[in-house]
Amino acid sequence: MTRFVIRRLLLTVPTFLAVAVLVFVLVRVVPGDIVELRLVSGGTFVTPGVVEAERARLGLNKPLWRQFADWMAGLARGDLGVSMWSGQPITREISLRLQLSLELAVLATVIAVALALPLGTAAAVRRGTWVDHAVQVFSVAGLATPSFWLGILLLLFLLTYFRWLPPLTFTPLWKDPRANLLQLLWPALAVGYRYSAVATRMTRSALLEVLREDYVRTAWAKGLTREDIVRRHALRNALLPVVAVVGLEFAFLIGGLVVTEQVFNLNGIGKLFVDAVAHRDYTLIQGLMLVVAAGYILVTFLLDLVYAWIDPRVSYD
Amino acid sequence: MDPWTRRPRRWVLVMTAGLLLGLVAVPTGAQAPRRGGTLVFVVSAEPPSLDAHREATFALIHPTRPHYNLLVKFDPLNYPKVVPDLAESWTVSPDGLTYTFKIRRGVRFHDGSPLTARDIKASYDKIIFPTGDVVSARKAVYEVVERVDAPDPTTVVFTLKWRSASFLASVASPWNWIYKADLLAQDPHWYERNVMGTGPFRFVEYARGSHWVGTRNEAYFVRGRPYLDGYRALFIRSGAAQVNAIKSGQAHVEFRGFSPAQRDEIVRALGDKIRVQESGWLCNNTVVFNTRRRPFDDARFRRALTLAIDRWGGSRALSQIAFVEPVGGVMRPGGPYATPEEDLVKLAGYGRDIAAARAEARRLLAEAGVPEGFSFELLNRNIQMPYEFVAIYLIDQWRQIGLNVRHVVKETAAYLADERAGNFDAAVDFNCDFYDDPDAQLVKFLSADKSPLNYGGYTDRILDRLYTEQSREQDPARRLRLVRQFEKRLLDERAWQIYVLWWKRIIPHWATLQGYKVGPSHYLEDLQDVWLSE
Repeated sequence: MTRFVIRRLLLTVPTFLAVAVLVFVLVRVVPGDIVELRLVSGGTFVTPGVVEAERARLGLNKPLWRQFADWMAGLARGDLGVSMWSGQPITREISLRLQLSLELAVLATVIAVALALPLGTAAAVRRGTWVDHAVQVFSVAGLATPSFWLGILLLLFLLTYFRWLPPLTFTPLWKDPRANLLQLLWPALAVGYRYSAVATRMTRSALLEVLREDYVRTAWAKGLTREDIVRRHALRNALLPVVAVVGLEFAFLIGGLVVTEQVFNLNGIGKLFVDAVAHRDYTLIQGLMLVVAAGYILVTFLLDLVYAWIDPRVSYD
Repeated sequence: MDPWTRRPRRWVLVMTAGLLLGLVAVPTGAQAPRRGGTLVFVVSAEPPSLDAHREATFALIHPTRPHYNLLVKFDPLNYPKVVPDLAESWTVSPDGLTYTFKIRRGVRFHDGSPLTARDIKASYDKIIFPTGDVVSARKAVYEVVERVDAPDPTTVVFTLKWRSASFLASVASPWNWIYKADLLAQDPHWYERNVMGTGPFRFVEYARGSHWVGTRNEAYFVRGRPYLDGYRALFIRSGAAQVNAIKSGQAHVEFRGFSPAQRDEIVRALGDKIRVQESGWLCNNTVVFNTRRRPFDDARFRRALTLAIDRWGGSRALSQIAFVEPVGGVMRPGGPYATPEEDLVKLAGYGRDIAAARAEARRLLAEAGVPEGFSFELLNRNIQMPYEFVAIYLIDQWRQIGLNVRHVVKETAAYLADERAGNFDAAVDFNCDFYDDPDAQLVKFLSADKSPLNYGGYTDRILDRLYTEQSREQDPARRLRLVRQFEKRLLDERAWQIYVLWWKRIIPHWATLQGYKVGPSHYLEDLQDVWLSE
């Protein structure tokens, strides 16, 4: 196990390096310039000298290899640099938003798992009955409904019938849990529904497969109750693919809530990403990509550990 | 009786009479300003740095301007009147080359330190003569200034190189925030990340991407102001979310402008709880032709393109769905330099007989050797309101003289890059500024070696000469004539670039918002006189 952990940690280094090179090259291939956007996009008359001075100040007049080397040197010191748009440290820009995105992702995951496990189990155990059909409709509808669209419907419903919107500014959980939940509950529901549909289908099919196994038949023959068989034998073994789906969806949510954050005006990582790309804020895009990549790597690493914990047959040595 | 002892009595009499007259003059039902409350408004973009001397977006002005004062400012209730702000008065020397401003006494920065002429000089030195790696986006506007002096704590003197008709208005620029000299001396970049002015509101909090908060400056130098306890700016990018914020009562107003459809949606939802103010806007859409490419290098072709556009019909149709409406030339319709309609209709593309104009356009196309069905691309930015509406209208108008135009829409950064590189046939362009003066409005159209915003790539020394002459002309009538000549040359004879329609500001706001009057610029709100009735 220790060897596995060390090997996985060492593998993150080339992964990070590949992500860094790819992102650095890609953002510079896209046409557009942060300085022009900043100084000219409002229609103001600015001399070419001012534009050049600003480019020089941001280091954009240096050769690309030099800009990359400077960035790498900063990373080696643990310094992500400063945003070219706001001048604020990138760690600060990201940490402000990461809290909201993480909290939303956790809330959506809780909702998804709370729905998916009982529904998926019920559908598998009562296969072919009206319960199974109802769950199938629920999950297919969830898969077919984009989260942002559900979010818009929720907002319209709240606004039309109650003249109420979730709070537009973020309140941290420890400051005011009620205000925090009022803001995040609706987007979490919108995201969690789709997420739960994926997990429900996975739970159902995995459980159906396990229920056909010999050891389950043996358990029946031994006279165990259906609840005991499902809870103690089948569900635990069926959880592996479900955990994989839930984990990867969670990792995706950290940076993937772009549209939902726009709909609910949430100040999260997704919104920051959109702004950074629109502004051609190279340093911020690079920093964000690394953080999101780190999130993916961390989650998949933790997933591997959870596999081993759930299924003792999994061996890493 | 000693005349000195009689004066106070006369003064009391005059004041009493004035007060009575004032009371009579107050219209029935008008409310006295109420103190208190927090104004909440929406800002649709995020400010970059916090230094107005280097930035160019309303996203900085709206949340941050209330923390600062200017030397002189445009009166938000009587635009374009220039009124005192930190300067209590000013004089101009007979030769027009020296402007002397007397600075108010008793003004204090939010840290308690007194403001003096030294702070004004330091701020203007940073704007006009930036040193090192300090960037000033407005340096070009003040090319006329020779030097700025502060001979004593209450006097600031600007010495000009030549007479300038627009100098006072350009000093009233809403971007010229007065900073503290000591802070600038310690670090000229300090104001990029910090806030500290003399304005009606003190800085409380800025959560990036979320909100900005200001609270009343109890020591503000204008007695009894501001009325508000404070304000909160909410950063909301999505148009639908902005409308929802107002409909739900979580925000009172958005100070830039909504579309007609958004206005109607808000009014439908809130009825008489909402008031709508509308005004002309110092912004417009133009079309720039790439004169480095054929046949755009031929004035006959460019003239045909402007002749084909029914601006009057377009104004009626597009104003139903987009925030464009006024038909105008190079100066804002309704503004002090606007071209009267009887002159406007004589310019190519502004006549009332569109059939005749299009017949002339077809004749010019044939003369220029442009065949029926000729195709070209119209570059545009991916901002629906009003850019995409305007472009679709243009494409339809040009189709009616037998041209086939493809709409190429790019996001702003890529669009600007293409414009700068000359990578387009024709492009929907724009102008947006804070004052009507021709110096600001016409500078973009100078020859390419003088104006970096001339994306068409043409050289026209007659335009350059007319610009300089009007800028130095002190006689308003003669200046206006020069502006007309410039307009005729630009839009009609050479048709280097053309105007489509000017924009219209539409501001629906909660009826509780008082003391606010929409003006033709969205850069002027300082919240000093705004109040809430509930």
